[in-house]
Amino acid sequence: MITFIVRRLIVTVFLLLVVSMITFAIFFLVPRLAGQTSFELASQYVGRNPSPAAVRAVEQKLGFDQPLVVQYGRFVKGIVVGAHYDAGPDRTYCPPPCFGYSFRNQQPVWPMLMSNVPVTASLAFGAAVLWLAGGISIGVLSALRRGTVFDRGAMGVALAGVSLPIFFTGLIALQLFSYKWPVFPDLHYVPFTENPIAWARNLVLPWTTLAFLYAALYARLTRAGMLETMNEDYIRTARAKGVPERTVIVKHGLRAALTPIVTIFGLDIGLLLGGAVLTEFTFSLHGLGLFTILAIQNSDLPEILGVVMLTAFFVVIANLIVDILYAVVDPRVRY
Amino acid sequence: MGSPAAREMLEVKELRIHFPTEDGLVRAVDGLSFSVDRGQTLGIVGESGSGKSVTSLGILGLHQGTRAQVSGEIWLDGENVVRAPAGRVRQLRGSKVAMIFQDPLSSLHPYYTVGNQIIEAYRIHNHVSKKAARAHAIEMLDRVGIPQAATRVDDYPHQFSGGMRQRAMIAMALSCDPELLIADEPTTALDVTVQAQILDLISDLQDEFGSAVIIITHDLGVVAELADDVLVMYAGKAVEYGSADEVFQHPGHPYTWGLLASMPRLDRDRQERLDPIAGTPPSLIQLPAGCAFHPRCAYAALNGGRSEREVPALRETAPRHLTACHLPLWERRRIRAESVTPPADDPGLVPGEGAR
Repeated sequence: MITFIVRRLIVTVFLLLVVSMITFAIFFLVPRLAGQTSFELASQYVGRNPSPAAVRAVEQKLGFDQPLVVQYGRFVKGIVVGAHYDAGPDRTYCPPPCFGYSFRNQQPVWPMLMSNVPVTASLAFGAAVLWLAGGISIGVLSALRRGTVFDRGAMGVALAGVSLPIFFTGLIALQLFSYKWPVFPDLHYVPFTENPIAWARNLVLPWTTLAFLYAALYARLTRAGMLETMNEDYIRTARAKGVPERTVIVKHGLRAALTPIVTIFGLDIGLLLGGAVLTEFTFSLHGLGLFTILAIQNSDLPEILGVVMLTAFFVVIANLIVDILYAVVDPRVRY
Repeated sequence: MGSPAAREMLEVKELRIHFPTEDGLVRAVDGLSFSVDRGQTLGIVGESGSGKSVTSLGILGLHQGTRAQVSGEIWLDGENVVRAPAGRVRQLRGSKVAMIFQDPLSSLHPYYTVGNQIIEAYRIHNHVSKKAARAHAIEMLDRVGIPQAATRVDDYPHQFSGGMRQRAMIAMALSCDPELLIADEPTTALDVTVQAQILDLISDLQDEFGSAVIIITHDLGVVAELADDVLVMYAGKAVEYGSADEVFQHPGHPYTWGLLASMPRLDRDRQERLDPIAGTPPSLIQLPAGCAFHPRCAYAALNGGRSEREVPALRETAPRHLTACHLPLWERRRIRAESVTPPADDPGLVPGEGAR
């Protein structure tokens, strides 16, 4: 088991390296291949209407005039140990992990990213609890009452949940529960450490909106999995042993049906941690998703680069956890 | 119960198990009666779809809460499983009657250790600590001949070989000392070399535990080896029922003859082809009128169409031997006498052949 985890960790490090290469290529190699000179590239990193001298300074400072390999080395080095940008008297140190400085406010990108993580994490994990509990229990009930009014109704709602976009359901939720009947008025993020109750109260609507989308998907998955496992021979064996039906369903049926859901959950939560773009935008939550939108609108390249790397990092880590969980959940997986 | 002799472990009377489907009513079991005494072994034989497994699931009460329509009586040690409340039937399952299934790999839960699955079975019916249950599981595994039971108890089913899995299934089934053990094709999924071992094991444990056994199979060899009584089923009905000696020495139903003829035998010439029963088992939704076997029976024409009109009743043709066939007994004896060990160059001999 330990060797399995170590092996997976090594693969993960390698994967992160590949991710950094691809990201680097998108931001620094592709423009060059498209015919952009390093001067033009540098001009994107300077303010409006820059003087050629200023652009040259930035070009040197960021090292665009150097070979790509050296640039990539600097890029990785910056992430791992930080970077020194020095061009003459103008010398700055960017602490690791360094993704450069934001154009908007001349701050290092990494701390800005980190300040957004709690919002997104609160949203993602809170919603995950809701959608797992809701989706799985509805899926199980639907499978057990296959073909009944409950099953058809639940699967109809699930279809709606999968199809309706967040900016539709979210706006309706806002209109109804924040404006018409102000159960949750004046939504804004309050840190958990400041006031847990206000934190939860302000997140109820985003949580339910986001969870509705995912619960629908998970209900359908659980239903399909349960329909399959409840027909397995080992379920018949459990019943033949005299196991009470409730235990048969949960311990024998659901246990087996959950395995594929673990995989999908890992990927979903990893992706969401990189920013629940639509939900954050709809509810004006200043998390990574909203940060991404603003970064793109401002063509703030260092910010975009940071978000891409961070999201990729979350997905890769989530994958690692899923792999390890899988080996724990299914004894047949060889590690 | 009306208190028939206390020796009877199981008595099934006029059991009918029907499944409503979109295509019509499937009569999986249709008026089946038999009994098993304590310590005795009954072999139930028949092709796939003859209702053997449905019957065994019925004895366990596993059709409760499904769409199946069950009528008739199943007296299990004085309690009617068909009428008993679901909670009571669940208590009986595993403790009074236990079952071994065909494919031990798919019948064991892949995510739990073999030990935990035995422990679960034991602790449902016995209020003991986990530790005591574990000791019991190890003891059971040891008794069914699993080497190093104390360490193998923590293995998962996929770490066992096919024969060992079936041994583990048997250990699980016997963990609560059931009075009736139903083995549904216990050797079909196993290696030929292991089959005999498993049958010996069942037989040994039966002597040790004194339980009654129902062994369901399509392999007459298995029945010949283990069973005291034989029940031959066709399309949900019993066509022949009697002591194993009687049925094997004087098989009285053309279907049983077919089963015997389609069985490979070492004492015959290898060049001789096996004789399969012509045709396929009938649809259980639209059974042929009269005797369900008549479209496949080589002798049905011998009694002037009676087999096509009338369902034959199960009648006693000798002490402890019943058959359901319209052919007169003397005629069947004559056919049987002529066809047993026929000369190798005589292809005919089947009088009905020309008429079909």
